[in-house]
Amino acid sequence: MGQCHQLYESPALGTLVRAGEDVFGVVSGITTTALDPSRRVIARGAEVETEAEIYAAHPQLEKLLRTDVKIAITGHREANGVVHQYLPSQPPRIHTFLYTCTPDEVRSFFGIGAVPRLDFLYLLAGFGGSGDDAMAAALRNASQAFNDPRAFLIAASRTVAMELSGDTARINAIVRRLPIGEGTI
Amino acid sequence: MSNAFEELGLAEPLPPKDEAVEIGIIVGGSLSQGLDVRLTGNGTVEDAKVGTFVTIQGTRHRYFGIITDLSLESADGRLSSNIANADAAMAEVLSGTGTFAQAQVTPMLMTGMGEEEPQPARSLPAHFAPVNRATNEDVQMIFGEEDKTHIYIGSPLDMEDTRVCLNLEELVKRSNGVFGKSGSGKSFLTRILLTAIAQRGLATHLIFDMHSEYGWQATSESGYAVKGLRQILQSGVSVFSLDLESARRRNLTPDYDVKIGLDEIEPEDIAILSSTLGISDAGVNACYTLYDRYGKRWIGEFLGMDASAMAGLASEGEHAGVLGALRRKLRDLDRIAFIQPEAPSGGGAVKQVLDHLASGKHVVMEFGRYGNDQMAYVLVANLITRRIHAEYRKRTEEALASDAKQPDPLVITIEEAHRFLSGGIASQTIFGTIAREMRKYHVTLLVVDQRPSGIDEEVLSQLGTRITCQLDNERDVDAVLKGAPGSRELKGVLSRLESQQQALLFGHALRMPVVVRTRDYQDFATEMSIPGYGRGPMGPGDKKDLFG
Ligand SMILES: Nc1ncnc2c1ncn2[C@@H]1O[C@H](COP(=O)(O)OP(=O)(O)OP(=O)(O)O)[C@@H](O)[C@H]1O
Ligand SMILES: [Mg+2]
Repeated sequence: MGQCHQLYESPALGTLVRAGEDVFGVVSGITTTALDPSRRVIARGAEVETEAEIYAAHPQLEKLLRTDVKIAITGHREANGVVHQYLPSQPPRIHTFLYTCTPDEVRSFFGIGAVPRLDFLYLLAGFGGSGDDAMAAALRNASQAFNDPRAFLIAASRTVAMELSGDTARINAIVRRLPIGEGTI
Repeated sequence: MSNAFEELGLAEPLPPKDEAVEIGIIVGGSLSQGLDVRLTGNGTVEDAKVGTFVTIQGTRHRYFGIITDLSLESADGRLSSNIANADAAMAEVLSGTGTFAQAQVTPMLMTGMGEEEPQPARSLPAHFAPVNRATNEDVQMIFGEEDKTHIYIGSPLDMEDTRVCLNLEELVKRSNGVFGKSGSGKSFLTRILLTAIAQRGLATHLIFDMHSEYGWQATSESGYAVKGLRQILQSGVSVFSLDLESARRRNLTPDYDVKIGLDEIEPEDIAILSSTLGISDAGVNACYTLYDRYGKRWIGEFLGMDASAMAGLASEGEHAGVLGALRRKLRDLDRIAFIQPEAPSGGGAVKQVLDHLASGKHVVMEFGRYGNDQMAYVLVANLITRRIHAEYRKRTEEALASDAKQPDPLVITIEEAHRFLSGGIASQTIFGTIAREMRKYHVTLLVVDQRPSGIDEEVLSQLGTRITCQLDNERDVDAVLKGAPGSRELKGVLSRLESQQQALLFGHALRMPVVVRTRDYQDFATEMSIPGYGRGPMGPGDKKDLFG
């Protein structure tokens, strides 16, 4: 779980992020709630035209609300630089900074050269529900780091199919979220 | 994959020495039910065929088997309801992951690493053992190379350049069968077997050539001329004809014009024809009575009787009606042109056949127009074989007693064998006897038939090697496979043969069952016409050693 410095300024669903120097994860959920869980958020804006006017009229909102991102840990990097797609021995500490990964980091996390590394799908497949949306989003993002995004997505989908073997409906739901139909890429 | 290796800065691994193509991995199975092989790789689902010859690499053994069935499997039991219409992408994703093709492989043989002879498979490879399409070398190791005793008979499916060889020495040790529906290639296969056995000098032939197609040139369905034994082996083959006119029409002069004397026909010869001729049991009994009374000339005497002699016979206990009916039937025999009142002086056809065989010649007995006459065919084949067999038996026993040379092996070929070997009569006919006694007296059968279900089960089970082309009837398929190891699995293979020039071979002359596309006969005939081919030091095997 991470919290953003600015309200609504979270990385997109499925983004590969790095916690500290060596733990990787994928943004698997984004929620905005009141900072104080005992205070309910009140619906506002009956008297104004746009959403922006609400925040202008109530500058305290920026302080009272916060945006949380849920990070599904998908791997880590050893001291010698080798990346593994399984859980680190310790979770990141509280107050560890979260960074959105650079394209280079994305490339080296999801593949060795043109060969996709897809073991992380095992971790993501464990979440189910909206985790599948995060998985699809992560794959869409990751595919952009490859010369042949479609080939990456096919390979990934096949791995998903093996992880979820026996649940064709769920595989199908994930595959439909990926741009791999003819002519979509 | 290749760019993956490049990316990693690695050299691509060299392809293995014998280019085995992996088709799948073992995922389950048993020795009795066969192995489940999950097909891997691209496009293999439609490439793998029933009958394909495969090898399985275990840790300490190598196994050889054939694909006997194929199936489509899915990990999701409700696949069909879960996705009614998968789009192309989904199909691409699921193929090989959630859905996959599986082959049933029956393991037949195994060898230890770097080991001598393949043995029947008695253990199993472990899970995930790779399954490969057999290579040229595999096939050669199992079926041998063409040499003095091996003859190239055809190629495994999809391996046109690979030769499956048949061990002729083993073949002639027992009676054998060639089966297949009409037009499936039985006669062509038989021609190959006969020629090869003769050419390698492994046995002498007596061929009852019902359709006059083995001796001289015959015509194939597509109209080209097909060389017969006489043309390939020249004077080593004698053609006997029962129908001189038919031979003359083809501008041929047979070596012997067969005549059969009424006095050569014995009651046993009539007994076997009783159902064909419609002679009752009482009629058959009357034949024996007549034979006891008149000896060899019984038919002649009987047919020549006047009314009072007939009445006399009847008064001695034979039923007059039975006698009358028998006389009418025997007259039918008498009307056949090659049947004469008396055997030609100096010994008839039987003696001629024996003399030719004794001098090492192969005898083809052409029936000409009598090929369509069941009575003539059964009578002649049975009559001659009975006497030949008796003679071989006598010679064998004499040779045993005096420690002399045993007779050379004789192979008797009969077409439409069910006429001699059906369940009802096999126990009585000479052919049944020969099939059962193996080669005790150096005589074996080559049974050619399109209705194996009509042949006595016990006789079928005695056949050492069975070669079968497509059969159009399930009963025939079951009959041919009866008693064969792995018959349940082979059934799937046999019922999927193509309608022509493909055959399933199994039995003593081969280490394991195999489906072949029969080699082209024209090539074979040309090769066999080379004097000494495959026999002398310049056989094909040796040539290879010399050149390369
Ligand atoms: N090895 C072969 N080489 C060349 N042609 C072949 C071969 N085998 C079969 N054929 C073709 O198939 C046709 C039928 O074969 P064949 O005459 O041997 O059938 P059959 O099984 O003996 O039929 P039937 O029961 O009617 O006698 C041949 O005329 C020929 O055209
Ligand atoms: Mg034929």
